[in-house]
Amino acid sequence: MSTRLATQGRLVNRDKAVRFSFNSAPMTGFEGDTLASALLANDQMLVGRSFKYHRPRGIVAAGPEEPNALVNLGVEGKFEPNQRATTTELFEGLLATSQNHWPSLEFDVGAINAKLARFMPAGFYYKMFIHPRPLWKHVYEPFIRQAAGLGQAPKGRDWDTYEHLYAFCDVLVVGGGIAGLQAAKSAAQSGAQVLVLEQTAHWGGRAPVDGGTVDGKPVDKFVEELVSELSDTPNVTLRPRTMGAGVYDHGYVLGYERLTDHAPGMDGPRHRLWRIRAGHIITATGAIERPLSFAGNDIPGVMLAASVRDYAINYGVSAGDRTIVVTNNDDAYRTALALKNVGLEVPAILDARVLPVDSPLMADAKAAGIRVMMGHGIAKVQGSKRVTGVAVCSQAGEGATVEEIACDVVAMSGGWSPVVHLWSHCGGKLLWDTDWAMFRPDVDKAPLGADGSPFVSPAGSANGHFGLTEILGDAHAMGRAAARAIGFTPKKTNAPDGSCLDEAPMAPVWLMPQGAGRDLRGKAWLDYQNDVKVSDVQLAAQEGFESVEHAKRYTTLGMATDQGKLSNINGLAILSDALNQPIPQTGTTTFRPPYTPISMGAIGGEARGEVFQPIRRTPMHDWHDANGADWEPVGHWRRPYAYLRDGESVHDAVMRETKNVRENLGLLDASTLGKLIVKGPDAGRFLDMLYTNMMSTLKPGKCRYGLMCGENGFLIDDGVVARIDDNTFLCHTTTGGAERIHAHMEEWLQTEWWDWQVYVANVTEQYAQVAVVGPKARQALEALGGMDVSRDALGFMEWADGTLGGFDVRAYRISFSGELSYEIAVRASEGQAFWDALMKVGADLGVMPYGTEALHILRAEKGFIMIGDETDGTVIPQDLGLHWALSKKKDDYLGKRAHLRSHMADPARWKLVGLETTDGSTLPDGAYAVAEGTNANGQRNMQGRVTSSYHSPNLNKGIAMGLVLHGPDRMGEVLEFPGTDGTTYKARIVSPVFYDPDGEKQNV
Amino acid sequence: MSKTVTALNGARFADGIADVAELPMQGMITLRGDLGMAALKKAVKSNTSLVVPDQGQVAQNDAYTVAWMSPDEVLILCPYAEVQAIIAKLDKALIRAHALAVDVSDARAMFQVAGVHARAVMAKLAPVDVSERGFQPGMFRRTRLAQAAAAFWVADADTFHIICFRSQGQYMFDLLCVAAQKGSEVGRF
Amino acid sequence: MLILTCPCCGQTGEESEFHAGGEAHLTRFGPGSSDDDFEGYMFMRQNPKGVHFERWRHVYGCGKWFHAARCTMTLEVFGTYPAQTLEPPQDLRDEISAKRPGWSWGAVS
Repeated sequence: MSTRLATQGRLVNRDKAVRFSFNSAPMTGFEGDTLASALLANDQMLVGRSFKYHRPRGIVAAGPEEPNALVNLGVEGKFEPNQRATTTELFEGLLATSQNHWPSLEFDVGAINAKLARFMPAGFYYKMFIHPRPLWKHVYEPFIRQAAGLGQAPKGRDWDTYEHLYAFCDVLVVGGGIAGLQAAKSAAQSGAQVLVLEQTAHWGGRAPVDGGTVDGKPVDKFVEELVSELSDTPNVTLRPRTMGAGVYDHGYVLGYERLTDHAPGMDGPRHRLWRIRAGHIITATGAIERPLSFAGNDIPGVMLAASVRDYAINYGVSAGDRTIVVTNNDDAYRTALALKNVGLEVPAILDARVLPVDSPLMADAKAAGIRVMMGHGIAKVQGSKRVTGVAVCSQAGEGATVEEIACDVVAMSGGWSPVVHLWSHCGGKLLWDTDWAMFRPDVDKAPLGADGSPFVSPAGSANGHFGLTEILGDAHAMGRAAARAIGFTPKKTNAPDGSCLDEAPMAPVWLMPQGAGRDLRGKAWLDYQNDVKVSDVQLAAQEGFESVEHAKRYTTLGMATDQGKLSNINGLAILSDALNQPIPQTGTTTFRPPYTPISMGAIGGEARGEVFQPIRRTPMHDWHDANGADWEPVGHWRRPYAYLRDGESVHDAVMRETKNVRENLGLLDASTLGKLIVKGPDAGRFLDMLYTNMMSTLKPGKCRYGLMCGENGFLIDDGVVARIDDNTFLCHTTTGGAERIHAHMEEWLQTEWWDWQVYVANVTEQYAQVAVVGPKARQALEALGGMDVSRDALGFMEWADGTLGGFDVRAYRISFSGELSYEIAVRASEGQAFWDALMKVGADLGVMPYGTEALHILRAEKGFIMIGDETDGTVIPQDLGLHWALSKKKDDYLGKRAHLRSHMADPARWKLVGLETTDGSTLPDGAYAVAEGTNANGQRNMQGRVTSSYHSPNLNKGIAMGLVLHGPDRMGEVLEFPGTDGTTYKARIVSPVFYDPDGEKQNV
Repeated sequence: MSKTVTALNGARFADGIADVAELPMQGMITLRGDLGMAALKKAVKSNTSLVVPDQGQVAQNDAYTVAWMSPDEVLILCPYAEVQAIIAKLDKALIRAHALAVDVSDARAMFQVAGVHARAVMAKLAPVDVSERGFQPGMFRRTRLAQAAAAFWVADADTFHIICFRSQGQYMFDLLCVAAQKGSEVGRF
Repeated sequence: MLILTCPCCGQTGEESEFHAGGEAHLTRFGPGSSDDDFEGYMFMRQNPKGVHFERWRHVYGCGKWFHAARCTMTLEVFGTYPAQTLEPPQDLRDEISAKRPGWSWGAVS
């Protein structure tokens, strides 16, 4: 049984009980508990099922390396799966449920998989998909679907908020153990700004549990004083509950701060993602204890030795009454002593080593009356959902049982691995340390920053140092070196003097016993979460998966949510052994951020809901919204697609608006069209290079439609250019094109023709622009009163400044509909007032606002092309019959050279035509016209495609434009367009100008 | 006729860790030209009583602000009613030079973030060191706030002024409100 | 994520303030050029493992284009300079040659 002890528990407040529930069972813990310590205090060792075989899984560790204790937390908008119980701080009302079992944690049907284990070897999934299709489609896939996934995906919308924070510092220390704290102090003494991140709520890391003295004081006292000193140091910031998640190029680090996870009732964001730029980074990330590989090492009750000690000392929790310690190093003896110290039984320490003399810790253990069995290990663990005992064997043998010992906990230690993740994220290299059988940072091969010099240093046990003296000395040196590396002068101080018991050398043990046979190896787990055993890795090697990256993916070792924090080193040692090569030759898999999973909410930050995207609104946006606008996104702009009246469908609204423009008066919010001022002595010359047609000859007061191609010849934009004065032009771009075309202009001005005297300014948003369109347009403007808008005063393709209805305006007589049309620009801040004035005078004239779809139909009726419909980045002006807009007088313009390339000049390029269905129906947009025969792939040949298609209410039939092979030469021919609905549409090739071909209506 | 309205009609949010407010219509003139040119320097001085600021800087007095936008551009902030007159004077003063003065008052929205946590609010949105060490009065920064282009400076102690496109005014305001939400103090600025 | 210093406004900013614009120092070939020259200008680009000259625009800042010399292997930024030039400045070339012995402008850029 695991239970709460009467003593110990330095992190819990026994005066404050906290109620929570696990799988609906009410339980009680203390303030300061983690969910894992509270579960153990309530004798809940079994917490989940493994991914593949649904084996019972218990708590193994006490920190972020925990592979098993993953739970669903919360409900509804607070629900989150796969949360590690060991890093979840307990709070009042916490609701946790276990994962990956059916129908219950105690009785799980999926556990049958375990019985089939021999049929589900390494690479099981890959092998299965080789089988004939019917087998995997009807047998395997449904089976995998059922089994796939650990926790459930949240269904509801997240109730919490999240944010980012950009932070800058000189030295960033990741890890608030004694190494991190000391490094911070030593760096800060130089005056550098230091930021320290600690993933837990506590400072000092393992040191207070492991004991020892610093400068003659107990280590926990030393930590307390150091934290207090750093808190009062103005150039040091300490952030608990903030994990260094990843190290990236040029000193960029992501920190993951959990603000309210421990107190969900608090105001403010739940998580904050720190986007840190540091001059230098110190990774004081500590070390993780490794499991040992023996049969049955996954049975609940088998735990990491140091974690058993953590639960006892930090939380006052006993993992069980009788603990067998099994180890290959001295550190695990501390666990035995700690347990003995609180009155628990330790029947034996099984030490795989054979040492000539007792180390001090060994001597202490023996003195405490603990039986130490040198050269021994575990043949197999007994029990199923909970350890009941171990069969002891000789480590050197093949697993013959020499003795059976009853116990309910096995505390194992296979040695320690420095947490090199953050060091490695950005390219820090590792070297193999034979003494400690571990990879540690190769400090001579650090990640390089923007200036080419190293920007990350490891410190303390993350740098492969163990023992207080070594850790503090290393941290002190690294802190000072970091400050010096970025130009600060560290103070000449000495490292504090740490003292703890000397340890005897550890001995690498990758398999226990070393000669374990097939049966035992098939039950010796490496990866608890993904169910990878020693035998799986050996099989992968045997089948030729020799690269560690391949073996990882084939076996799924280290691919679970814990990313192999416990399993990696043991796994690659087994792989190395199978390949008969040294471990460093096998190498490690790539360490990728984040260190432990971070929430999607934190990654998204503030970008959700209303501020998911930087939506752009015109000055009349709210009016549109209040008047039935059905919104259409155009870039980041929102434009009304149509204005729906009560009970009206979108289609009906579009038809009504389209007809009304031709019959009465329509208003379009055209504010989104780009407006660029181009001014300077070379402005005309510049625009001649940018547009395919001639702009320098345009007279002030006049407008001209222009086409723009990229240097590759393809159309990128179009619009009306107005000449303001000799030196100044105003160029209209498409909606959403303003920034792009502005950037295009600046690019050519700055990088190619930098000696030309031209300035460009983007004045798009200075103006609200309203298209006043229809036979009654002039009447409406005259009703406003002001400037002369008669045919003689303001002819087609002219503009003038003046006033209308008391507003300062610039009126352009341009038309994208073929109707009498004005575009009126007013100051943006007066846009709504001007719109209101137009609606008022238009009331008697049948005014209606119209949206983008009516705009599209009106232009299509006139055969006007639309950038993005008729063009798609592969279309040139010649394809669209726009030869008239390609100046032959100019020596050069962007795209001219490209138009001479053979493919561009090919007469077989598809050309623009009008398309009219033979039965008046509307062609599907994007449909292809089929030709005779098939291509080399056996697909039907094509001879054209639809680029725009609408139902025209004015002509009462479907109209379309398309690009067709030799189209303009094939007038009257009927083409077939198979639709995705199974129908084949027939359409006749006609002129693209369907309405008012002589242009009489716009020229009145 | 009160027909002139700002993007958000003076929206304000005061329930968070900082006071977020849209500022009234502000005259703004983009002036492009050779910033070292005597005629330009003189024209700026005579219209605003301010010297053209150095790279990355902003000059301010009670009525005017001149901000360095790029090596050939400054932004002049003036009372809204004075814009046309100042542009006319700039045009006249620079008639022989290659320069461009254009009214962008209506193309922008302007906000203020004030209070002891103003720097924290800015730090949540701008990829810029806005700590007291990194950003002081007199500095001017063009960057982005979350996903929108913006420029800001310290108007006076604890108060930032922010300029963005008018069309993104609502986005900017919403963004600042989220960043200033109750309980979101950072405790580092 | 890189940090770059814009030589036009002096600001040091993170990559998200900038927009990458491909290889620098291309020579434009317009009407009258051969097919091969135009193809080279339009489509052929260096992709070195090592020193690379590239165009960047300070899109969220001053809006100016500039050039950066960068190592594609280590991401070291050797320097940035204004775009109004046909070749990298000599002092920058010398600095790169010193850091990458054997490298010289024009050999393999």
